[in-house]
Parts: sequence; structure tokens; C-alpha cells
Amino acid sequence: MKITSPKVSRRSLLRGSAAAAAASLAHARQVSAQNAPEESAFEAWIDLRLTVNGQAHALTVEPRVTLLDALRERMQLTGTKKGCNRGECGACTVLMDGRRVNSCLVLAASAEGRKITTIEGLADGDTPHPVQRAFAEADAFQCGFCTSGQIMSAMACIEEGHTGSPEEIREWMSGNLCRCSAYPQITAAVAAAAEELG
Amino acid sequence: MRDFSYARAGSRAEALDLGQADDAAFLAGGTELINWMRIGINAPARVIDLARVEGLDAVEEIEGGVRIGALARLNDVAQNPLIAEGYPVLSHAILRAASAQIRNLATIGGNPVQRVRCPYFRANEGAPCNKREPGSGCAALNGIHDRHAIFGWTEDCVAVHPADPPVALAALDAVIVTDHPEGGRLIPVREFHVLPSQNPAWHDVLRAGELIVGIELPAPAPRSAYLKIRERESYEYATVSAAAALEMDGGVIRRARVALGSVAMRPWRLVAAEARLAGLAPDAPEVADAIDASFAEARPLSGTEWKVRLARNAARRVIELAAEA
Repeated sequence: MKITSPKVSRRSLLRGSAAAAAASLAHARQVSAQNAPEESAFEAWIDLRLTVNGQAHALTVEPRVTLLDALRERMQLTGTKKGCNRGECGACTVLMDGRRVNSCLVLAASAEGRKITTIEGLADGDTPHPVQRAFAEADAFQCGFCTSGQIMSAMACIEEGHTGSPEEIREWMSGNLCRCSAYPQITAAVAAAAEELG
Repeated sequence: MRDFSYARAGSRAEALDLGQADDAAFLAGGTELINWMRIGINAPARVIDLARVEGLDAVEEIEGGVRIGALARLNDVAQNPLIAEGYPVLSHAILRAASAQIRNLATIGGNPVQRVRCPYFRANEGAPCNKREPGSGCAALNGIHDRHAIFGWTEDCVAVHPADPPVALAALDAVIVTDHPEGGRLIPVREFHVLPSQNPAWHDVLRAGELIVGIELPAPAPRSAYLKIRERESYEYATVSAAAALEMDGGVIRRARVALGSVAMRPWRLVAAEARLAGLAPDAPEVADAIDASFAEARPLSGTEWKVRLARNAARRVIELAAEA
């Protein structure tokens, strides 16, 4: 038997006063309990606590909401970009427990308990992170849409130690597409940042 | 994406129990399932998240080989010393698959369950495809099929299985270990994927509620290699790939196992060639004749004739690479 979602408009959810969210959740659980008591383990709405850039966020989501959409639409952290939404372009790259992942391929629910780092979490106040500065100094972008994903991927690429040569950098940065084709400058920026961070 | 209800499994036993629910899907790395749900390839009413299941991600020595937990991430498998040193063919195949980000999510147990990349299968709507809509026909048979099969296809399906790791696993004679409330199975990787002559609608032999829990590798194969031919150097599916594992007596092959990828709906072992390779030096001219023995059964489509020569040459080169490993 299919568990149906409660009738809650997206707008009211987005406005999301705590009371409204709690009420809709209670309704969801009631529906699921009536329809499939033997499968109460399955939830149609999920209460989540996500830790992003060291800050805890509480939210209630449908299971289908991805980490990418939760970041952008629920936490207003729009530095992480939605390019293809299929795991093909890398624009949505974030760090999860320090490892780079495509946030469009992770359900928000699966990210609970993980430490998420986004582009907004890199700078120290007004001082950019050395990897951010290296991208600016190497002119490693044109339109800039892929850049936050490139920088998050570069953070991990450097941490992993995959910066021994330009060829190695290109191979390990290949999951981030740049339609402006700033690849030579991106490679140079990653190499420079790797050297600075030692 | 159609919404679904969600449950987290806290253990393997709980995952199997939840997996008995109607219309449920297991979520491991998510790199395939989430896209299937977006495109409409699959729209399960329930999703069981395996992220909290513990004890299924180890890479460990077992008697006579290595066991890899199904939830081990691809990057962790490829860079584990037991794999990198004992089974370079598998390490190389993984590191040439997808991207660094995707390999941090995708699991070794989920990877073989990947579905075909045929554009008609992946289309948002409309095209006849026996894998999307059984009985609807095969649009690729007389359509765009230049990346499709040269072995083992039927008029009902001409797609190839796209994944790299299973090609290496087939050359290694690896075994997929499953669990199910009614009993698990040991499934040789070579028999895991379903040829269209068996059933054009199916991808693999898994039953509803059956969970891959591990992959077992037999004895190490240090003399092994993987060669991936593709249209760009990185982050692309293979047009043809080849895996070889050799046992040598001095400079002569004692035993060869060779598999081709992206040429059929399953990794394609060159059985006839393997028998003829014993006793040859890896770079002997007779190697080409031995490989040709397996190409007697090649049957290209009008658009895949170019892949026959590519596959034959890839097989020859991967044997030399494995001998140098």
C-alpha cells in the first residue's frame, strides 16, 4: 500500500513556521499509520538536523529532497550551484565528512549526522581561503558558474594529494566541467594552492 | 521525481526486513537510483537507506583471496593496498570509472546494478525500449547504436553494460555474495548480468528484496591490467574496455583470463582465446590469432563494425600490459 504525502502546499512549507511544520509532520505520520501500520518505519516526511559549515540546521523535508536543494532552497546557501542535477557536471560539489561528493546525488536525509562544508564555509571572515585566492589570481574562471564546485573539488584534490603533476590534477579534477573551458588556469590554480598549502 | 517514503536501516538484518515491503528499493551510494527516479526509469514507493548499516564496508583478506563489503566506496576499494597491489586490474578499472566525487559516493556492491546507458533507455519518454517497457521493441536496433553490442545481442535489445569494475571482476572470476530473507546466494560476476537471449527486460539476476552484501575475489592476480578506450581521456564511459589477468611461467603465459567491456550486456570473457593463449609469450604474433578465435562469434550491428577491430586490438594490448604489471 502506498503511503501518501499530506496535502501541504509548497509555499506554506517554505514559509515554514515551526508550528506549521510540526503540524504537517504529525499529519503525515497519521496518514502513514492509517495506511500501513506494519510499515511505520517508512516516513513520508523527515525531521532532519544537518550540520553545514559548523552550524546546525533543523528542517522537515520530503524524502526526495536532495542535499543540494536543501542547501539552496531551505538554508539559502546558494553558493553551491545546480548545473545538470544528474551528477554529470560537478557544479554542486560539497565536502561531506571532508570528502567531495555531488550534492545532487545525496538525499538530504542521508546527510544527517555528516559534516557538510560548502563554499560559504571556506573564507575566514573577509579573508578568502588560499584555494579561493589561487583561483582569483590564476584567472581560473570566466562566467563563474562552475567555480564554487571547482574550488570545493580542488580543496579535496589537494587534501587527497592528487596534485603531483598537471596531468594528475586534470585527471582528479575531471568531475568538474567548465563550459568556458578555463581548464589550463584551473589546473594552474590548483597547483599553486597545493604548493602554498604544502 | 515522484515522492517516496523513506526508512533508514540500522543493520543488515533490518535492511532485509524492510526490503520485504512492496515496491521498495535499496539506496546505497545513490549515484544511479536517484537519477533513475528523476528520469522515471524507476519510481519506487519506498526507499531503504543503507547509509547507517555498519560492517559492510571492509576490505579484508579471507582464505584464498579478499572479501570486499558491498558498501565500500569505489575510491576506498581502488586505493586499498590489498586491491592496489594484489588486484591491479580492479584498482585501475575503478579509477578510470566516473569522477572522484562520484567514486566517493558509489559503492562496489551498487556498481554492478548500474543500468545501460542506451539513449533510448535513458530518454525521458517515448522511445520503444524493452528494458523500459517490456514488449515495446528496441529503438536502437535500427536507430542510433554506434556504442552498442558486438556480442550476444538479439533484436529485442542491443545495449551493452557500461560499468568498468564488473569487467575486471569477471576476469578475476569474482563472486557476488547476496542475502535475502529466504537465503542468500553466491553469484559469479560472469553470470550476474542477463543477456537479452535470456530476458531482454532484465539487467541482472537479483530478486526483489535481495541485497548484495559483498564481493569475493579469489587468489591475488598481481599480473593484471585494465585498458579503457574512450572518446575523451577522463570521466567518460568506455567505447571498449579490456581486462586481463595472467599467470606466467617465466616469459610464457601459463593461464590467461581476458574479458571485454562495453561489447555486450555482460562482461565478455574470451574463452576460446584464453585456451589458445597458454604457452605463448605475451607479445608473440600468435596472440593475435588466439584472440581471433573468440571473435568468430562477433556479430556487429551496422553501426558497431568499428568496435570489432578496436576490441580485438584492446584485448591484445591489455595482455601485454598485464605481463608488464
